[in-house]
Amino acid sequence: MRRSTRIAVGPVQFRVGSDWAAPVAALDRLYAAYPNDPARPADATVRLFAARPWRRWLRPSVHIGGDYVVPDALPLPLSMGLLAAEMGMNLQVALGWRRHLLLHASAVARDGRAVIMSGVSGSGKSTLAALLGEGDWRLMGDEFTLIAPDSGDAFAFPRAVSLKNQAIAELAGRVEPERLGPLLAGTPKGDIRHLVPRANAIEAMHEPARPALLLFPRFGGDMAIEPMGAGEAFVRLTEASTNYIALGEAGFDALTRLVREMPAFAIAYPDSASGMALVEDLWAEAVR
Amino acid sequence: MIEPRYRAAPPEALRVEPLGDLTAIFDRRSVQTHLVVSPMPEILAAMDDEPCDAATLAARLAAEFEVEAEGDVGAIVAERLHELAALGLVAPA
Repeated sequence: MRRSTRIAVGPVQFRVGSDWAAPVAALDRLYAAYPNDPARPADATVRLFAARPWRRWLRPSVHIGGDYVVPDALPLPLSMGLLAAEMGMNLQVALGWRRHLLLHASAVARDGRAVIMSGVSGSGKSTLAALLGEGDWRLMGDEFTLIAPDSGDAFAFPRAVSLKNQAIAELAGRVEPERLGPLLAGTPKGDIRHLVPRANAIEAMHEPARPALLLFPRFGGDMAIEPMGAGEAFVRLTEASTNYIALGEAGFDALTRLVREMPAFAIAYPDSASGMALVEDLWAEAVR
Repeated sequence: MIEPRYRAAPPEALRVEPLGDLTAIFDRRSVQTHLVVSPMPEILAAMDDEPCDAATLAARLAAEFEVEAEGDVGAIVAERLHELAALGLVAPA
């Protein structure tokens, strides 16, 4: 690897190596405000490499590697090196992390308590968290939320938010331009633009928050709120966790406690403003 | 016909956690999580150290939950025991 950098996101220290300078330079720019301790050993390694040495120069395409490898992961053109790095970082955490129960969920916190929002890609969980994070919430993460098996506390993973498609325009008008990464147009996931979280999210990224409200958002359609029982929430979170099975009984403990501790709702909303209002209403109920 | 008899899992083998309508059961031996609904948890709770058959269990459940132990209940308990055995939560004795 010709270039490399280190990035700390929440409890995870990444080492990212690349055959090219551009993706590393882009990462260094996005993660400039994050704590950087070069002496700290890496928890996860991501490698962006050329399939053949000459591919570094001729129609360069990026392969993603690291401690864990998905054999059929697509090579991406070099212009999407930043997306490749993001995918690599997600993959290493999703498959390798064992210290917490890992939920594929976004989260925001206020007064030491967290709203956890779980959903598949396209559910709106990332956009909702990003928008709330621009208001008086602390963005804990747009993709992963970590639950400590011993305490049940939620820990943040505030990587650069991956804004997709319509969310780009929705956020771009609200934030300082220097917090936005380059536009990656026409990726396999559509248009992508990264957003650096606000300083409060990065400064407080090691502070735990007590889970207080669990939401399963769905963007689109009429406004709806459906209370969800602990059993169904448990089932859905086992599906949303990338390491539940690997954690064994510790995962079972963490998840049963989590779904008992906080109310859960499936919510639907036609636009972001009503989604944010819904979260505020349910929050007011939950922390009363 | 001889009624099949089943043995409960050792007490330390299972973690049984009611979660509203569902009950989550963690089996330490297989490291698997099972999600079951009533009457599965009640059947497991009604078993003791000794192997027992569906009729015996139906009688115990009837005494506890005020249902008739005759007919259907015995058949239902027999079916559920068969399913619990397939999950590995009880064992044929």
